[in-house]
This record gives sequence, structure tokens and C-alpha cells, in this order.
Amino acid sequence: MVTSTLAVQSQPIADSLAHSKKIVNDFSIQIATVNGSGSQSANSILLRSIFNMGVPVSGKNLFPSNIAGMPTWFVIRVNRHGWVARKNEIDLLIAINLESVEEDIRTLPTGGSVIYDEAFNLTDLRSDLTYYPVPFDRLVAATGAEMKVRKLIKNMVYVGVAAQLLSIDLKGLESIVRKQFSKKTAVADLNWNAVQLGFDYAASTLTKQDPLVVEPMNATQGKIIIDGNAAAAMGALFAGVTVVGWYPITPSTSIVEDLIKYLKQYRVEKDGKASFAVVQAEDELAAIGMVLGAGWAGARSMTATSGPGISLMAEFAGLGYFAEIPGVIFDVQRTGPSTGLPTRTAQGDIRSIAGLSHGDTKHVLLLPGSVKECFEFGIQAFDLAEQLQTPIFVLLDLDLGMNNWMSEPFVYPEKPINRGKVLNAKQLEELGGFSRYKDVDGDGIAYRTIPGTDHPSAAYFTRGTGKNEKALYSERPEVYQDNMERLVRKFETAKTLVPKPILDGSGKQKIGIIAYGTSDCAVLESRDQLERESKIATDYLRVRAYPFTQEVDEFVARHETVYVVEQNRDGQLLNLLKIDLDPAYATKLHSITHYNGLPIDARSVTKAIASHEGANK
Amino acid sequence: MSTTPVSSAPAKTNSIGLQILDYRGSKSTLCAGCGHNAVAERLLEAFYEMGVQPERIMKISGIGCSSKSLAYFMSRSFSFNSVHGRMPSVATGALLANKTMRAIGVSGDGDTASIGMGQFVHLLRRNVPMIYILEDNGVYGLTKGQFSATADIGSKLKTGVVNDLPPIDVCALAIQMGATFVGRSFSGDKKQLSAMLKAAIAHKGTVLLDIISPCVTFNDHDGSTKSYKYMKEHDELVNETGFIASHEDIAVEYDPNTTVDVQLHDGSHLRLRKLHEDYTPTDKAGAVNMLMETHEKGEVLTGVFYVNTQELDFASRLNMVDDPLSTLSADRVRPSREVLAELMQAQS
Repeated sequence: MVTSTLAVQSQPIADSLAHSKKIVNDFSIQIATVNGSGSQSANSILLRSIFNMGVPVSGKNLFPSNIAGMPTWFVIRVNRHGWVARKNEIDLLIAINLESVEEDIRTLPTGGSVIYDEAFNLTDLRSDLTYYPVPFDRLVAATGAEMKVRKLIKNMVYVGVAAQLLSIDLKGLESIVRKQFSKKTAVADLNWNAVQLGFDYAASTLTKQDPLVVEPMNATQGKIIIDGNAAAAMGALFAGVTVVGWYPITPSTSIVEDLIKYLKQYRVEKDGKASFAVVQAEDELAAIGMVLGAGWAGARSMTATSGPGISLMAEFAGLGYFAEIPGVIFDVQRTGPSTGLPTRTAQGDIRSIAGLSHGDTKHVLLLPGSVKECFEFGIQAFDLAEQLQTPIFVLLDLDLGMNNWMSEPFVYPEKPINRGKVLNAKQLEELGGFSRYKDVDGDGIAYRTIPGTDHPSAAYFTRGTGKNEKALYSERPEVYQDNMERLVRKFETAKTLVPKPILDGSGKQKIGIIAYGTSDCAVLESRDQLERESKIATDYLRVRAYPFTQEVDEFVARHETVYVVEQNRDGQLLNLLKIDLDPAYATKLHSITHYNGLPIDARSVTKAIASHEGANK
Repeated sequence: MSTTPVSSAPAKTNSIGLQILDYRGSKSTLCAGCGHNAVAERLLEAFYEMGVQPERIMKISGIGCSSKSLAYFMSRSFSFNSVHGRMPSVATGALLANKTMRAIGVSGDGDTASIGMGQFVHLLRRNVPMIYILEDNGVYGLTKGQFSATADIGSKLKTGVVNDLPPIDVCALAIQMGATFVGRSFSGDKKQLSAMLKAAIAHKGTVLLDIISPCVTFNDHDGSTKSYKYMKEHDELVNETGFIASHEDIAVEYDPNTTVDVQLHDGSHLRLRKLHEDYTPTDKAGAVNMLMETHEKGEVLTGVFYVNTQELDFASRLNMVDDPLSTLSADRVRPSREVLAELMQAQS
């Protein structure tokens, strides 16, 4: 019945084409479908089936800002070296969408192959590709699926066809399909049947002519696959978040939606009552207002948003900074300015957030570069917010937040929850009162009380206006200036508390690279390309927080040339470096930017650096 | 000369042993005669008389003269003077963090009916358990006398500018949007305002009190419809507001034909002696109609317009644990290692 995977692997491969060798575990698959057609489950099943064979994978969903009917693409990169950045070249196209198929075909490199709906009749378009026509409608009809689910079932057919052509382990595939549809056996059976029909069709009718093969490895054992938004939500859960005020906005929505799921499951107590409150606010202004109100009143509070929401939160962000109120804001960056490309990725908010609001406002930013860090920084952000008594911004981007990433499993937080400098009634009694904004310890961080603290001197007046150490209104020049200086000291203290950057390389090269967030995966791969192809050795510093710590300063000082790689037009990270570091370093910094809405790829970085270094012309 | 100790009478205290002094605030920097000062005074008296511990109160405001007035009463309470028009969200967040606290929001007509309209209506819709005081004078004071959105048609500024846009009736709006205790008073009517504030303290849900509070500097002249003089001439009481605290004898007789009795959440009673025939304070549509009609007659209706003690307040609706979220111990907010292991297993 079903052809065994071994039999497929033993077939002679592509002897009719120029490909004389197999290409094992190093290619990209692009699946072109229509959005709203339910291809996401199928794509994630295909991704996981390769992952379960021990082969490193990454999956990127390139989708439109639309609910149904527009072209959408899912790109799976299979890479035995573990490179997970997006790759421009597509090796295998699965073309299900008639609307985008011509352009999809045009962009394929010579020698690429296409699994497509035979109704499309594509073979005249190009002669340098391998074509695998599939009678999808006939196969779907053979499953006996009802009309209304046929669109979904079609997706499972291409999974089967691809699995056969790529030698994906069928048993593993079945277990993933069954896990995905574990709630209903009949649904699982129907889907699995569709996969098998696709597989059998490919085995009996198609002749393997391309070199792409998946072969089992040992590189993913013990790993998980998760998106950054879910990871950040888990971080908030384990940070002990208690109040969430939010307003839905792509691509941040699933942080709160996942969090609600976790909270309902793990934070409802025995009596059925919740140790949390989540409010869907009327807008982002109200969301951040609730976060600050709750943070002021002692909750661990958060919101999640994206660029337009960040713009709306600006005034409150300044209040949080100046009145010194904890709160955590997750910003899942998307392409701006304005509404921009709402479903495409960018790192375009870092400059505006660093100083979000009017006046001399400065914020602390955490910059996770992996899903694991989304979890870890998600926890740390809440500690920092209370330690520093200020809003903490955690910057993801759409690529990190909404795409699937492999990761080591997350580690349970060993550090106890740190609630910062809070005085209780007993301490107030011993101290004989307190001054809310007095720098007692010299680190710029004053002591606060939580509303409700039962002591006659516990209360203080929180305001966005000028105030003295006792929190009383003041417009006195020296009082204002002293307070602003203390906030600078607090920012210096922040440098000692935020995650330090990570150095990759010997640290002794002349050329340095600085990047953050999802640019990391492209930079890592690019360094390998530079070294292999152009003998350009580099050191790499991945920045993980703002304000920049001492290590960033030292890294720039030590290198002759520093490339700052980021995903925006204006070199925002580079500009922050120019402002914050010794001006003498400014000429060492060179900007490498990628800002077309797609996740950054290694080749672009390599080309830019090699060209600037005079190699690879 | 020998001094004989004069046995001064023991200072008067409330039910929890505090003096009125314990409820005072800083000296007001508002203009002498400003209605807001009288409101602040009534507020602190009401909390004193109701025996509420000042440390159990959160005072929250936005921006404007009214919002500044937080500083002028109850210094032992926790205060948050936030940003313009956004007091509702800050108050909502604070109450979610600690639902055991009492919250009072102080706002103005600009802070509420213009810049803050969005958050205002959503606070009402949620029935957030707090007292929302709107000190209403029809003008922006801190920016020197521009009309606000509650200014009446035909009201004239000192500069001679006449308002030609209809006013927003925040009371009618509040009733429609879901507030569960809505009334209007006048900063100059001590008796009515005091009774209303005490009833407000006893209520659990959003209390919206629109208090006409004249601006002596920019809107107290002839031609203004928010002046002391105008209010004295046009104040039309819908009912006479009486309040009987839960600890007081409630056996006081009343005639159900002329008086409406509403039992509030803490067991105290609101006694409203009818001055208008068709009025029932639990009839939502009737209350809105009455407000619309009196507008047309050029009267400024005051009194308690609407009370609903049945509706669940927002904090209760969220079914939170009994203790404040703000002080839950780590073991109640950080799930166990097993939970993380389970989550990781699901992602493998």
C-alpha cells in the first residue's frame, strides 16, 4: 500500500538533470496558499515532521493583513548546520494559490522544483525547473471529505506529496498528525488519510527528479518548537503577573491571548477565584493607564502592543518614567511608519521607545534574541520594573513573536521574585516616615510604599509634575534639577542590572558586528559565510538591553570597524550608539540595514560587509 | 503665675477614633471662593463621618484645577495625579491591583467631557467600583477660561464669546452608559452634597456625581450659566437627599408615597423625598427623560437621579481572589516547576 520511506531513498535521484548529488538537509520549501484556507496546521505538521527527524528547521509565515482570500506564504528552511535565518533562495515551491503562482515560479532559482495543482498548467512558464503536477481535487474527493472541509484537506495532501518526495519519515508524520488533531479521532483519520493519498500518489506517479532529501540527524533531540509570543506569555506567567490591560494589535495579540489561556489553567485557585485580572481596554491609552495604575498600587502589571500602540502610549510612558511607576510593555515590532505593513517584521521602534514621550525621558529596553530569551526577559522585566520603579519595554518583532523557532526547553527561574524597594508599615514605624523621592542609597532608586500600607505616614502624592523629595509639588529650579540628576543615576544603576551583551568570537579581530533581536540568526550565518568565502574574520556582540552596558562601549573601542546590523531604514540602533558612546567612536560605526518587511537573511549581511571590506567584488 | 491645667474637652473623633484633622490635606492653592475647595471640604467630612480609614483610600485624578484639588484633602490617603483625561484607566488599574481599597476620582468638565470622554464612558460601562466626582464649571480654568463641553448654549464668556454648541449632560450619559449611582449637586449646597457623598461612599459600583462648582475667576459673571448666582436662581431639586448610615437607627418613619428608600451595599439607607411627581430613582429611562426635559425648561436639576444596587461591579465580575492582587505571596503567583515542565512537554 504505502511505499516505505526506505524505498524512496534508494531510488536513483535526478540522474536526468544536472544535479548529480543529493542535497541533504539544506534547502528551503515555500508553500504558497490563500490566506484563510487553513494551511497553517498543514505547514506546521510538515515543519514538525522534519524537526522530529532530528533535523534543524525554521518556519516563517509571510502573511497579508487580511482574513481571507489573499496570497500567503510559509517558508520552511531545513538546515543541517542549524542556520535558521530566512534564506532568499527557494528550492521547493508548493504552489496551491493560482493568484500568486506565476510570480512565485518566476522567483525560483534554476534547478528549483514545484509541487503544484495540475489544473494550473505551469510547465510552459520555465523550462529549468522540475515540475510535480498533482491532481489535488481528485485526491481530495477520494478522501470522502465533505465539501466544506475540502479546502483544509487539500493542505494535508500536499504534506503527503512533499513527505514522499523529500523522504520524510511517515511513521513520525502520522504521530504528529494524530497529535495535532488529538481531540477528534475522526478528524485525525480524515487528515491522515489525505496525507497518505498524497504520499501514495507521489510514490506511484511522480518520478523524483530533484536532489532534495531529508535524512535523520540528531540535532533537535530534547528541543522544543515555540513562537516568541507564547514564550513571552510564559515569561509573564512565571514572573507572577497579576494585572494585564491590553488592546488587540497585530503582531502582539497572541501574547495576551496565550497568557489568558495559561492564567486560566494555572492561576485559578482552589476556590475557583483568579489570582489575576485581565482587561481588554478601550484603546492603548487605557491599556497603559491601567498598567501604571496597577503598578502604582502594587500589582505586577503588563501590556502587549505594537508600533501604533506604542505611539499612543507615549504620554503615559513619560509619566511612568517621571513619576517612577513599574510596568512591563511588550512591543512586538512590525513595519512602520504609521500603519505600515502590519503583518511584516521590522526593528523600527527602538529609537522612539528609548526616549518615548516628551522631555528628557529615557527608558529601559530588553532585547530578546531568541524565544528562550523571550521567556527569560519576560520574567526579568517584571523584576526590573519593580527594582527600578519604571516602565520596562521588551522588544520582540513579528518574526520572533509569531514564527516558530527551535529552542532548548526553558529553565525554571531560580531567583526569587524581586519586588524592589518597598517599605511596609513596620519599617515606616522604625524609620519614622519616609521621603518618596529621596536617594537614600545613592543608586538613584528611592523607596516607595504600596497603597493600602497601614501606617499614617505611608501615603504620598504621585504626580507627573515637578516635586521635591517628599513628593510635594515644587517648581524650584534646584529641586527640579536634582530630581532629574537622580533619574540619571537611576539609569546608570539600570546598566548594572540589565542583561549584558553576548560576545561571539575571539574578541581580537579588527572587525566587529553589533546586532540585536532576530538579526542574530542572520549575523551568525553571515559570519560563517564571510569567514569561508572571503576570509573575513569578525567578532560579534549581541546587544540585549538598553541602556548599553560597559561591554558595548569596550567592544566598539576595541574594534577598528563596527558594523551595526538591524532591520530598519535609518540605522536606529547605530544612532543610539552614536548618542550614548564616546563621540570619537562615531566614525567606526557602519550601518547595515534590512527593511523590506521580510526577516533579514544572512546573504544580505555578508554582501554588505564583504563589499565594504573590498572583498567579493 | 501658676498655670492651672485647663481640661480641654477631648477632641471629637469618628467611629474609628480619628479626628477631622486626620482627614485634612495641604492648603489649597486654588482661587479663594473656588467651588472645588468646598467640594474638597465636603469630601473629607464625608469620609470622616463615615469612619473610613484614610489609608484605605486612593485618590486619583487627571489634569486641571479639579485634578489638582486631590492635594487639598486627606493627605493620609494615597494620591495619584495622572495625565489629562486618563484618570479612569489609572483608577481601574489601581482597583484591580487592590480591590479592597476605596477609590475616588476627581475630574473636571474638560478632563472628563472632552479629552477624557473615551475613558469616561468605558469606566461607566464597566461599573468600576469608585466615586467619580466631576467638578463642573463649564470652563478650562488652568488655561484661563475657554469653554468646555458642558457649557450651556448661550452661556457667555467674560470676553463676550457666546457658546453655541449643546452641552454634554454627563449625568444622562452616565445613566445610559451603565453607572449605577448618578446624581448632580452644587458645591454651594452643603446639605445635599454631604448626604450624596455619604451615600456614594456606601455604594458599590460607579458613582458619578456631577457637581456644579463655579469658577470664580473665569465663569462667575452675569451671562454665565455656571455661576453661583445662576445656580441659586435655577437649581431645581428633584428630591431631598437624606442619608442614614448603617450604624444609625433606621427606624425613622417615612411615607412611602412621598419618599423613596434605597438600601445601599453597606446596609445604610438613602432616603429621597420626592419633589418631582413622576420620579423613581430606579427607572433608567425615566431618569434620562427627566434630565432632557428639564434642560428644555432651562432648569438645572439636582439630586440623586438613578440608583441601581443590583448590578455587579467590575472588580466582582472578574472573580478575583479575596486578597489584593498587589500583595499576593510569590507561591500564589509563580506556578511550580511541574507547570513549566508540562508546558515544555506540550511544545516538544
